[in-house]
Amino acid sequence: MLLLAFDTATPAVTAALHDGTTVVAESTRIDARRHGELLLPAIDRVLRDAGAAKGDLTALAVGVGPGPYTGLRVGLVTAAALGHALGIPVHGVCTLDGLARAARAEGVTGPFAAVTDARRKEVYWAAYDEHGARVSGPDVDRPADIADRLAGAPAVGAGALLHAGVLTGARGPEHVSAGHLAAHAAERLAAGGDLLPPVPLYLRRPDAQVPAGYKAVLPA
Amino acid sequence: MADEPLVLGIETSCDETGVGVVRGTTLLADAVASSVDEHARFGGVVPEVASRAHLEAMVPTVQRALDQAGVTAADLDGIAVTAGPGLAGALLVGVSAAKAYAYALGKPLYGVNHLASHICVSQLEHGRLPEPTMALLVSGGHSSLLLTEDITSDVRPLGATIDDAAGEAFDKVARVLGLGFPGGPVVDRMAREGDPEAIRFPRGLTGPRDPEYDFSFSGLKTAVARWVEQKRRAGEDVPVADVAASFQEAVTDVLTRKAVKACRANGVDHLMIGGGVAANSRLRAMAEERCERAGIRLRVPRPGLCTDNGAMVAALGAEMVRRGRDASALDLSADSSLPVTEVSVPDPHGAVHAHAHHSLGGGA
Repeated sequence: MLLLAFDTATPAVTAALHDGTTVVAESTRIDARRHGELLLPAIDRVLRDAGAAKGDLTALAVGVGPGPYTGLRVGLVTAAALGHALGIPVHGVCTLDGLARAARAEGVTGPFAAVTDARRKEVYWAAYDEHGARVSGPDVDRPADIADRLAGAPAVGAGALLHAGVLTGARGPEHVSAGHLAAHAAERLAAGGDLLPPVPLYLRRPDAQVPAGYKAVLPA
Repeated sequence: MADEPLVLGIETSCDETGVGVVRGTTLLADAVASSVDEHARFGGVVPEVASRAHLEAMVPTVQRALDQAGVTAADLDGIAVTAGPGLAGALLVGVSAAKAYAYALGKPLYGVNHLASHICVSQLEHGRLPEPTMALLVSGGHSSLLLTEDITSDVRPLGATIDDAAGEAFDKVARVLGLGFPGGPVVDRMAREGDPEAIRFPRGLTGPRDPEYDFSFSGLKTAVARWVEQKRRAGEDVPVADVAASFQEAVTDVLTRKAVKACRANGVDHLMIGGGVAANSRLRAMAEERCERAGIRLRVPRPGLCTDNGAMVAALGAEMVRRGRDASALDLSADSSLPVTEVSVPDPHGAVHAHAHHSLGGGA
């Protein structure tokens, strides 16, 4: 197995290669405004670092968010096109699951939440049990509205750190890494389990309003 | 023809996901998925709705284009994509997809200008562009007079709209008349039943001291609204067909008058008209009439190639390959305000050199 994973649902533009046993290469850059510019070079870098060819890839895993839409779509359309051109399957992974796995790897124990910035004073988040299994979410909410439910439990991710005044359990890791996303996907696939379809978790409708009636030009 | 470059083009600057396949100047496939129906109730294109639709449509539309063309992706000599101008989020979907295809297939990537593509599509219908060619580009987002000596490297703006684009005026007038969105096709249809001389609407920027090649359609749109509202307030029926015909006459009169004038002043005897508004039947007829009188050869692509499509991007990409122009880098940006003078976005480090596909002396 040679799995390429990447995620652009948050400010982290991250790509990694997993050989079925371990992560063999990884590249992560934090830049919320340049997903489109950074992703393909990052993919190229991890393949080169691992000495692998595009034709060696057996599957793709892509973060499906939730996340701000414009960046999120860069990863999804890149995955769709690469999968199409290379003739390999494309799997979706909830970005928060990648973050949760990173948190467990960094020693977070007990129930916790993974939280990313949804902008507009809201966060994307999901809750995990002490085994790291997602038990609720992903959802989009205001930090104050989830603070009670978390009751001071660890809350990892940039969305938690941004609202540390409200989410008292806020801590690192701050960013999702494709290595953890890849490991999550590789384990699921090896176990014959299901991953998500590679379609975005927007969680919000597009901002658009049906215009109210015709506005006259002549003075009333 | 068989040794001409085979290029796939991707266009996502607005609400059409277009993928075309072109060999040299021969159109092999033109697949379009439009989200226009999803925008209709909003009375205009909603960028986020368009971007979501592009993502969903991308791979199926690429596959449809390859099937139509009867080629496989491995046969391609390059991937071209609209790098700008257009809606930022919408462009980014196409640019990201194009990069992934180019990378996976090991083909050069050409980020090209949307406006230059609208001009170059003429090659698919009428053979290689004469040099120089005057181009009148009229759409929902643009109204420009452009002079090109070499469509892969030299496009010079002579004038452009100072307010609304021509297509925008059609949309707004359609709203005033309660005809729905988009306005272009329905106004064109209504106008066929009306009298273009019924109402003398103003011709913007045609005074002796006005800029010669700039356009203005905002005043015209307001004049139509005032005229219609006055009728309604007086309790009279609005002659919708006459209003549509008279409005359309004012737009096409100014567009063709200035285009012919620009050709004459610059000694250019070929005029191409492109962009969505070039699908308008009155504009096509009037341009034909006036060009014939002025001794100018007119090139207007069929309506389906005037609106946004991927074939036009592929046409420009194929010309880039043929002329050995530099390819773009994998960190190519989508640029919502890419200047019209930048026909393509070559790799700034110049590392990616395309080889000339075959000699420039080759015929069309």
